[in-house]
Amino acid sequence: MAHKIKKAARNISQNEGLIFEKSAPGKRGMELPPSDVPAVDVQSLLGDYARADLEGFPEVSEIEVIRHFTRLSTWNYAIDLGMYPLGSCTMKYNPRVNEHIARLEGVATEHPYQPQQLAQGCLKILATLQRCLLEITGMEAATLQPAAGAQGELTGLLLIRAYLESQGNPRKKVLVPDSAHGTNPASAVIAGYEVENIRSDSRGQIDVEQLRNIVTEDVAALMVTNPSTLGTFEPRIAEVAELLHARGAQLYMDGANMNALAGVAQPGRFGVDVMHLNLHKTFSTPHGGGGPGAGPVLVKSHLEPFLPVPVLVERNGQLALDPIRPRSIGRVRAFGGNFGVLVRALAYILAYGPGIRQATEDAVLNANYIRKNLEGVYDLPYSSPSMHEVVFSDNRQKKFGVNTMDIAKRLIDYGFHPYTTAFPLIVPGALMIEPTESESKEECDLFIDAMRSIAEEAASEPELVKTAPHHTRVGRLDEVTAARKPILRWKRNADTEDRS
Amino acid sequence: MRYLPKSPSERRQMLDAVGARSIRDLFGSIPEEFRLERDLDLPGPMSEAELIRYFRERAAENSVGYTSFLGAGVYNHLRSVVTDTILLRGEFLTSYTPYQAEISQGTLQAIFEFQTLACELTGQEVANASMWDGSTATTEAVLMAERITRRRRVLVARSVHPEYRQVLDTYARNLDMRFEEIGYTASGQIDLQALAAAINNETAAVLVQSPNFFGVLEPVPQIAQIARGAEALTVVSIAEGVSLGAVRPPAEADIVALETQSFGMAPSFGGPYAGVIAAREKYIRQLPGRLAGETTDSLGRRGFCLTLATREQHIRRERATSNICTNQALCALAATVHLCLLGKQGLQELAAQNIAKTQFALAELEKLPGVRRVFRGPVFNEFAVQFPRSMRMINAQLLRDKIIGPLPLGPYYPELTKCGLVCVTETTTREEIERLACAVRDTLAVPV
Amino acid sequence: MYPSDYRYTKEHEWVRVEGDVATVGITDYAQHELGDVVYAEMPKLGTKLNAGQSFGTVESVKAVSDIYAPIGGAVTEVNEALGDAPETINKDPHGAGWLIKLKLSDPSELAKLMNAAAYEAFIAEKQTEASAS
Repeated sequence: MAHKIKKAARNISQNEGLIFEKSAPGKRGMELPPSDVPAVDVQSLLGDYARADLEGFPEVSEIEVIRHFTRLSTWNYAIDLGMYPLGSCTMKYNPRVNEHIARLEGVATEHPYQPQQLAQGCLKILATLQRCLLEITGMEAATLQPAAGAQGELTGLLLIRAYLESQGNPRKKVLVPDSAHGTNPASAVIAGYEVENIRSDSRGQIDVEQLRNIVTEDVAALMVTNPSTLGTFEPRIAEVAELLHARGAQLYMDGANMNALAGVAQPGRFGVDVMHLNLHKTFSTPHGGGGPGAGPVLVKSHLEPFLPVPVLVERNGQLALDPIRPRSIGRVRAFGGNFGVLVRALAYILAYGPGIRQATEDAVLNANYIRKNLEGVYDLPYSSPSMHEVVFSDNRQKKFGVNTMDIAKRLIDYGFHPYTTAFPLIVPGALMIEPTESESKEECDLFIDAMRSIAEEAASEPELVKTAPHHTRVGRLDEVTAARKPILRWKRNADTEDRS
Repeated sequence: MRYLPKSPSERRQMLDAVGARSIRDLFGSIPEEFRLERDLDLPGPMSEAELIRYFRERAAENSVGYTSFLGAGVYNHLRSVVTDTILLRGEFLTSYTPYQAEISQGTLQAIFEFQTLACELTGQEVANASMWDGSTATTEAVLMAERITRRRRVLVARSVHPEYRQVLDTYARNLDMRFEEIGYTASGQIDLQALAAAINNETAAVLVQSPNFFGVLEPVPQIAQIARGAEALTVVSIAEGVSLGAVRPPAEADIVALETQSFGMAPSFGGPYAGVIAAREKYIRQLPGRLAGETTDSLGRRGFCLTLATREQHIRRERATSNICTNQALCALAATVHLCLLGKQGLQELAAQNIAKTQFALAELEKLPGVRRVFRGPVFNEFAVQFPRSMRMINAQLLRDKIIGPLPLGPYYPELTKCGLVCVTETTTREEIERLACAVRDTLAVPV
Repeated sequence: MYPSDYRYTKEHEWVRVEGDVATVGITDYAQHELGDVVYAEMPKLGTKLNAGQSFGTVESVKAVSDIYAPIGGAVTEVNEALGDAPETINKDPHGAGWLIKLKLSDPSELAKLMNAAAYEAFIAEKQTEASAS
């Protein structure tokens, strides 16, 4: 059995309890330089405001901190270890020089409120990034403030609302395809809109005829992801844009799949009015276990007056952040955007320059190579050409009682992170695969090999797949009890010492 | 290109396998009129050395060499190199959201520890895995209070950070919510009488910040008592987490929105930081954001997994508690590492040093003719000072001495012209404080 | 399997009437589709419901299902025991896994619901559709 698995082997990893379980009074991990001012009796100064104690706070040494977190890190999979075939996540290489740059003195050390003449370097970084993103997307104005894609979506919808309000009627609904990422409808609601879900057509694309009937005066916008979450380009996107515009509605594009377009096509030319980008996807900033990211929003000029404050401007050869914009939607975040993330994204773009097109081409090549090699092994529900990602379904394996989740878990034994399961919603039992351009032919071949092998196992030894993973530190976890009786923090004297 | 692991011959092999003559064939699904025929007009490409040089040049155009007395929600604190040692481990830096628990136990356990620390710090029962920052965490905490009480009116202390209030306004404008501002008194704290007069049975929550924008500590127990009387919730926002090393936590609050930037995150011109929402256990299902929970596998081994996901957008979509997906996980990890390094003693000492330096700075400044402390209330490491001249003039002078002086309050509070906010932390030396006082004295000595 | 004295909805709720008190729950088919129940969100006592109106949700780890009132009435009781033991909905969906009790406003609404035989036919059809796709 073991010889089938080529990419990974079992290994010894260290055990490690919770940091609180290592704590003992009197230990410390960090010493402070002695104070050079007279000491103050905190208790008597603060009186009723004083804190009695820091109950339950850990007390450990530096070496224990290093060991603790280093051991924990060895329990994780990561891009540095191998492919994440996660559809729509664009898990590409996080260039290490970007980490160095973000930590430079004069970059990491700057306070958002320092006098702007002492922040010209930071402002230039923002201005250059803005210019680059505008060129990549073919849009006309930008804000770098939103902290994540979801916040970008909200910002974009608020811009649409403000614009429509200025035209006399903010309208009531936002149309969201059933294939959309969950943040789309969630953001629409926060923007004060009702959500109307629209069905994709038989090719998993926007049903333009249905759209003609649905776009009424109550519709503020359609949120579209292009390429779609199926990884296919919306061929009638220009028609869709025209249709919406003719009826006074706006086209929002979720830019999560920009990795298929950068350097090849500009959404601004499809008729998109407003879109966001995920810098932690297409633009390589690290996922870090869940964030931080950034969700800059790019708009056409009619939406520019409503952009969040402050807006980057140039005055007398100096850059400045202008907080006075009478029609602005306001702020979506204090202090500007996730500057450290923006720095990394700019470094990524500058590394490629105009050659960024090559990354897009390699991403699309990898996805198509994988599709070609797994067609016939896994069911392909939609035959439209794939761009940077491909969506299969578990239809062929279901008859053996094996579903996409099981296959994903077995893929872990083969040394990979699972692909995206159970999304998009329009494909029951989906396997959504996006390799990105960071994968070598060798890694792609190993992945194809693993997926073929698992398909064979599903037919001949389904139990093996259904009870996977087998080689990990912990097996499938009891998520049911975790939800029924949530334990969300360590407590002293709670009976939770590791019993394994 | 160094980030692309393919040789030309491998590309050729793969194109052949796919049955394409050239890569252009794979973009055939994009209508021709949209396919770019030119290269994008972008700066670069740059080698690693060129990139570093480019950003070093930008860095040199900022404030290196200046001493800063700025705070106002972003604080300069000591950081340990140990934090970056951990953050730069590829298994933390380049890992994904821990949806696949079996190969994300490192991230999940670290989140569990972060959640625990957030509870310990704030005196609350549950905490989430992070929000984008203090300002959005505060906004989401208010929205949470509105969901829980099903009321639409929120009383907001004017002493809450102006930009936090702006964010709240942007979000709430379209959600049928009404805000009323409650002013502050000579102590710099919320006007309790005005609060008691304004609160009624339509009030979802009272929002205060402590220490507030003026650096003054708010009387949370009294505020909570007034709120409870109207069955409204108390939401406390905390921008300076180090204060919790010396100041009693807002245990009487129902929801706390904490900014953790002070724990191991550099100021970085505004972000990324990490907010967190902590609350009473009974509100758990209204909490936005991810939650890591402890559980076991089939062999009884302890492990951790994301839980209560049905609150979130990927399941509940338009009915989710929030639209948040990507959070600030790596920054939260920085806070976790930093807090573990500091530990109980370290945090208490750190807070005490901040207080000592601040009291010293207050005393030095109050010695100057015409300079006085604006508010009587207790402060942690920030305070408002009134000067006999305009802040613009004073700060312009200070800049010549390479000092970034107090943040002028006039632009935010028109009644507080000639007032500035001074922040002093453990990183500010006595010499720098004395130099500030000297420079101000010299400025004031020059006739207008 | 499906008690003959219950009535059933297309959304897979059941209702049992005794006098003017109706007990409502979800069917065995529903609990099976949902998987392990982790939580049931219940309405407040006294809430007035119309037939077809959503009154709460039943959640598994990865899904949320709205539950709809089969008939109109005011909520007189909710099954508090489900707070500690939501799995009762899986183990005994037609008995101890009941969700709410209503004081009926219009008993004639019962006639619009399916009886056990009709419901069994309804889900048999659903299952055939599912395996054909």
